[in-house]
Amino acid sequence: MSDTVAARPVPHPDADSQAYWEGAAEGRLRLQRCAACGTVRHYPQLVCSHCYALEVEAFDAGGTGRVHSWTVAHHAFHPAFKGELPYTLVTVDLPEGPRSLGRLDPASAGALRIGLPVRVSFPRDAAGTPLPVWTADPAAG
Amino acid sequence: MATPLSGQGAVTGIGETVYSRRSPKTAFQLQIEASLMAIRDAGLDPKQIDGIIPIGITGAPAEAFVTNFGIPDLRFSGLAPMGGASPIAAVQMATAAIMAGICNHVLIPAGRNVSSGARAGVRIHQMPQFHLVTEYELPQGNIAPAQLYAPMARRHMELYGTTSRQLAEIAVSTRANAVRHANAIMKTPITVEDHQASRMIADPFRLLDCSLESDGGAALVVSAADRARDMPHPRVRVMGIAEGHPDSPSSITQRPDLTRLGIAKAAPIAFGQAGIRPADIQVAEIYDCFTFIVLCQLEDMGFCAKGEGGAFVSDGKLRLGGSLPLNTHGGLLSQAHMLGMNHVVELVRQLRGDGGATQVAGAEIGLATGYGDMGDGALAIMARS
Repeated sequence: MSDTVAARPVPHPDADSQAYWEGAAEGRLRLQRCAACGTVRHYPQLVCSHCYALEVEAFDAGGTGRVHSWTVAHHAFHPAFKGELPYTLVTVDLPEGPRSLGRLDPASAGALRIGLPVRVSFPRDAAGTPLPVWTADPAAG
Repeated sequence: MATPLSGQGAVTGIGETVYSRRSPKTAFQLQIEASLMAIRDAGLDPKQIDGIIPIGITGAPAEAFVTNFGIPDLRFSGLAPMGGASPIAAVQMATAAIMAGICNHVLIPAGRNVSSGARAGVRIHQMPQFHLVTEYELPQGNIAPAQLYAPMARRHMELYGTTSRQLAEIAVSTRANAVRHANAIMKTPITVEDHQASRMIADPFRLLDCSLESDGGAALVVSAADRARDMPHPRVRVMGIAEGHPDSPSSITQRPDLTRLGIAKAAPIAFGQAGIRPADIQVAEIYDCFTFIVLCQLEDMGFCAKGEGGAFVSDGKLRLGGSLPLNTHGGLLSQAHMLGMNHVVELVRQLRGDGGATQVAGAEIGLATGYGDMGDGALAIMARS
């Protein structure tokens, strides 16, 4: 019965994370940077660890990157994900500096390696959350 | 290069309950029982305890121990919110407090009952240290420590050629010790082939790369080294101790070097205090939530160079009788997951010469480490003297 399956975990947008999730809903990888010195950070933080300015601005990253590492989930640590096994989580180096963690498009699984050029999209999951999915794309390098 | 901290503190009491998978007792009951054992082991009355550092976010506060033991004058309490690195970070804190003259005997109690509570995959998301993971990665199905740490191992394997069979050697040698140890949960020997046949959990981690979920209590008493001379057991002094936090401590995803843990920063300090090198260590109780975390710590502490851990662990040196006997109690992989407090208890037991069936002959100087909260680290070098 569906009511015996625990609800899928969802984000809880707050002042720090709201811009990221709004960008995701528009299909964009929205990051944060220091409004004073331009240092990019992800995940969001309150103060620039380079110049200590408090002012921030959101901007849209290019949406490309290269695979830094990964893991393939074969065990569901939450019942909501059981039907999706196995799934691959990739850590992606962004040209803007930080990294993004997302799902790997299953169609790209055969190409998986460190340095693989990938491009992001934000399909909605079963709970309606737009989540980053990375797909191999030679033009993304 | 002895520093003021070196040799000034001693672990004068150790205690641990029977470890099991389904204890009817609460975590606090288990902590109280282990604490009583440790205090009596030190030859003290509970009312002589004047410092307490409770371990574990679900644990009782220091004042719960004050109430139960009727402690009349608690002069120091603290918290070490570093997951599995907390017990050793607490020993450092206790030593500093004692040296400063604030207190004399510090109780460090740990205990957990996870068989009746939330498992690690759910539990960590209730902790403030994990809020970034909870907000950005949990919705994607990045949930449990096995998944959070797997990309560190995968990166190491891709860069350096480290293999799953090399990780297996850590699980196999640790299990062999648990089989012989009087208080360990896992009693069936395993082989590398058993490890390779165990089901995949979070690639590259198989089931036998992962530690246990277990119930029990373990506790220490830390006292000034000069007082320890008159206490019941051979004196085990803390010769070097330090904690270290990795870059990007709250997000592994954003960590510049996925294969460098906080202990890399702490190890030169602790070895410098003790005035020894890794090769001088005779027994090592190394935090082993996952096999790879052992290998990575060995590299980060300088037992071998970064990238050489796979070959380093493969030649049998970690087994009893080898040059670096590892986790003589069976560790988190095969004795019990007691947040690494069991590693400190076992090191003290070894250095007293009370190691029983897994005693390392003649062990006089050894090492215990802790690891937790996505990469925090701590190490303690101890010696009988």
